[in-house]
Amino acid sequence: MDKVLDIKNSSVLENSPLGVGGVSAALLTYTDKGLYCQQGGFYIDPWGAVDKAIITHAHSDHARWGSNHYLCHHLTKPLLQLRLGNNNYQSTTWGEPVYINGVKISLHPAGHIIGSSQIRIEYNGEIWVVSGDYKTENDGLSGAFEAVKCHTFITESTFGLPIYKWQPQAIIYQQIQQWILENQANNTSSVLIAYSLGKAQRVIEAAATITNNIYVHGAIWNTHETLLNTGIHLPTVKKVTPETTKAELKNAVIIAPPSADGTPWMKKFQPYKVGVCSGWMQVRGNARRRNVDAGFSLSDHADWPGLLQAIKATQAERVLVTHGFQAVLSRYLTETGIEAYEINTPLMPPTPKGEEE
Amino acid sequence: MINETSNNSQLQNFPLGVGGFLDGGFSLFSSLVNILGTSTKNTEKLNALQHYFSTASDKDKVWVIAIFSGRRPKRIINSTILQQWCVELIDLPLWLFEESYHTVGDLAETIALLLPPKPPTPKGESQSGLTLSHYLEEFIRLEKAEEPIKKDFIITTWMQLSQEERFVFNKLITGGFRIGVSQKMMVNALAKTTKIEASTIAHLISGNWQPANINFADLLNPNMVSKDDSKPYPFYLAYALEDDPQNFGNITEWQAEWKWDGIRGQIIKRNGELYVWSRGEELMTDKFPEYLILKTLLPDGTVMDGEILPMQDLQPLPFSLLQTRIGRKTITKKQLQEAPIGFFAYDLLEYNTTDIRTKPLQERRLLLENIINSTLAGNQLLANTIQLSPTIQATSWDELITLRQGSRDMGSEGLMLKRKSSPYQVGRKVGDWWKWKMEPMVIDAVLIYAQKGHGRRSNLYTDYTFAVKDGDRLVTFTKAYSGLTDKEFNEIDAFVKANSLEKFGPVRTVKPELVFEIAFEGIAASARHKSGVALRFPRMNRWRKDKKVDEINTLEDLKNMLRIYGNKKDGK
Repeated sequence: MDKVLDIKNSSVLENSPLGVGGVSAALLTYTDKGLYCQQGGFYIDPWGAVDKAIITHAHSDHARWGSNHYLCHHLTKPLLQLRLGNNNYQSTTWGEPVYINGVKISLHPAGHIIGSSQIRIEYNGEIWVVSGDYKTENDGLSGAFEAVKCHTFITESTFGLPIYKWQPQAIIYQQIQQWILENQANNTSSVLIAYSLGKAQRVIEAAATITNNIYVHGAIWNTHETLLNTGIHLPTVKKVTPETTKAELKNAVIIAPPSADGTPWMKKFQPYKVGVCSGWMQVRGNARRRNVDAGFSLSDHADWPGLLQAIKATQAERVLVTHGFQAVLSRYLTETGIEAYEINTPLMPPTPKGEEE
Repeated sequence: MINETSNNSQLQNFPLGVGGFLDGGFSLFSSLVNILGTSTKNTEKLNALQHYFSTASDKDKVWVIAIFSGRRPKRIINSTILQQWCVELIDLPLWLFEESYHTVGDLAETIALLLPPKPPTPKGESQSGLTLSHYLEEFIRLEKAEEPIKKDFIITTWMQLSQEERFVFNKLITGGFRIGVSQKMMVNALAKTTKIEASTIAHLISGNWQPANINFADLLNPNMVSKDDSKPYPFYLAYALEDDPQNFGNITEWQAEWKWDGIRGQIIKRNGELYVWSRGEELMTDKFPEYLILKTLLPDGTVMDGEILPMQDLQPLPFSLLQTRIGRKTITKKQLQEAPIGFFAYDLLEYNTTDIRTKPLQERRLLLENIINSTLAGNQLLANTIQLSPTIQATSWDELITLRQGSRDMGSEGLMLKRKSSPYQVGRKVGDWWKWKMEPMVIDAVLIYAQKGHGRRSNLYTDYTFAVKDGDRLVTFTKAYSGLTDKEFNEIDAFVKANSLEKFGPVRTVKPELVFEIAFEGIAASARHKSGVALRFPRMNRWRKDKKVDEINTLEDLKNMLRIYGNKKDGK
């Protein structure tokens, strides 16, 4: 486990409260299996199999297979069942405390995807909040991000640079709709690339206001069915199957995950244009590198103003920055008078491919 | 597949989802740039250009031709100051601007992304409605203005433009206007719109003209060519030959020459004046006083095509010496001695005031030989400066292949093959002219520094510095940016992020582990580089995943290459 040793030995961590025992005992430390609460004996989004795992949301880089007990939000549970199979799941609702070994745990909306939650833990009056992934704009599906007051806030920083400033969802939806209409006018199908859990549901909503001819990739179909069964209202879509004919797909909107982009699976849709929905599309070079016809800066993560606003709202005395531009954001926070540290987790490097959104 | 309707709607589509569509003026230009910069299909780009040329005002069209053929107004401000003004406006620390810049990889775009949003236009008032020519003519007008005046102009403009337009405006200021369009594509679009032959247009828009002082009709009037004595002909460019030329038929139909590593140039003598043009269509007459004597010796109405290169006693010198001359405004006597420049003539385009480009090469060559011989007869000393580029005599392809192996000894990079019956065409055309370069030299080296790239490599570590072994030490000797696939770059990017040892500004020191075969075209001694050598056109030939860092080449290996292949003289 070389990589884990790297974390423990990194100079950044030696300066940070994480992993340092003593003084008002840290509530969370990084271990070889991820973020660990010693007092409660549980992990948050562990990287490997543990006894007790609390899961912020159902994306695969946060929810992993093999633990004995999982605690998550009610809406996350069916998604974990879909992705990890049957396990010992306990689910809860936002704001409802759960106690493990005397540590008070509660989940709060993170606004990232359906079911996504921040984890608040409290012990002997000390409060820490782990943001997981979050966004501050209410997308109408994932719940409105709630700022939770705490002493220590562990924040993500996927888009922690001031160049990332999102336009309101309504405007991006309009751009997507306009693009689809133009493609239809040219007898061209519109393939929209979006991560199958989270972004895909938003893109479906955007498309459904102008067309009812929406097809989805199998991975998105499965998620869609699961969400419908959970009671989430989503527009009607059709699954692309080997039986789907070219005629049916003519002029259609097809939603596909990044892994399907450029594969032979897309042949049937000819003629088509590809639009990628991702915060990374904010920078032209990324769009050009991916050779896309259109890029829409639609993200499930907070932009720079969103991160700053969220951090301030927690009134945290200390901010630990992870998962993205941690060096930049922690330095900026420090310079603006907020005690902040960067946490490097090599097991979860930022990958600008839209996969982790 | 693309018809008129699709063409129109593509123009209204903002692939990157920024800004809105406005009629005419600067917004029309910025939507053109947007399509050219993001479209992946040449037909779409061509359509967008045609659409522009049939919609825009004549004045703006002249400027677009100027910009896309490298005739931009001088920079009115350097990028450091531009960056400062942006930082002042956005109230962020400079280091954060720099971090953003390293991630975006483009200054113009970084500023466009960071500026505060454009204030809403008051109801009833129209948009600024300013044109491309307005902004560019302001650049010319403000060239010598005081800094505060420039600052006021730029900041006022920023606040009038949308994010997309700001990006294009910044691109116009910062230069390096490299978007996805070649001059050839622009010429083709103009040809389609105006119904004038593409080769005629290429000729018309070449040479010395000022976009601010010429109107569209005059610029593209075929009768205007003869009025400008300085006007060069468009260069005919060769394609690279990948295989053996065995299937080219009879070798007697071909002329072989050495391929020189200098700057392609055209020497023009008309009405008692001499003009020297580079292939980049830069007028360089004053940079090469060596050629001045030709003003008296060459007959009027003569245009020669050839290679500008450093040479002494007819022996080519390293390209780096030429670089020391190009950048200078004034040339000192010392430079003339240390970096003497000559000219190898290989074609004749105008003879006796007549355009002879349609005559076959072998006829043009005979006329060229006459001109050079009679010119040299007038002044024997000139023989050190101007010469016929020799043709290579071979009776079979096999013989030529053998002769080609001696290219480096000749100080050349390989051979040129030209069909003797070929006319002098316009631009890069397949079939009659080929460059047949030597296999590159290669060396195995380890990656030790990485930096994020630009353009489509933004936010990816794609710019690398390589080292060879010197005993226990690693000595850097070159940078390289190209030659790998996107997939390989992604893999290396991930490695760099996980294996950084130190950070110096944008540069990361990387654990020395990844080995690459570096290919290059030439090697010369250099006092400026730690390793003592400078490479020509270095690039990554392949990733040697099979090799470990202790198997890379040594500094001694590099020095041996320098001894064998380095030019005999290095100007020291």
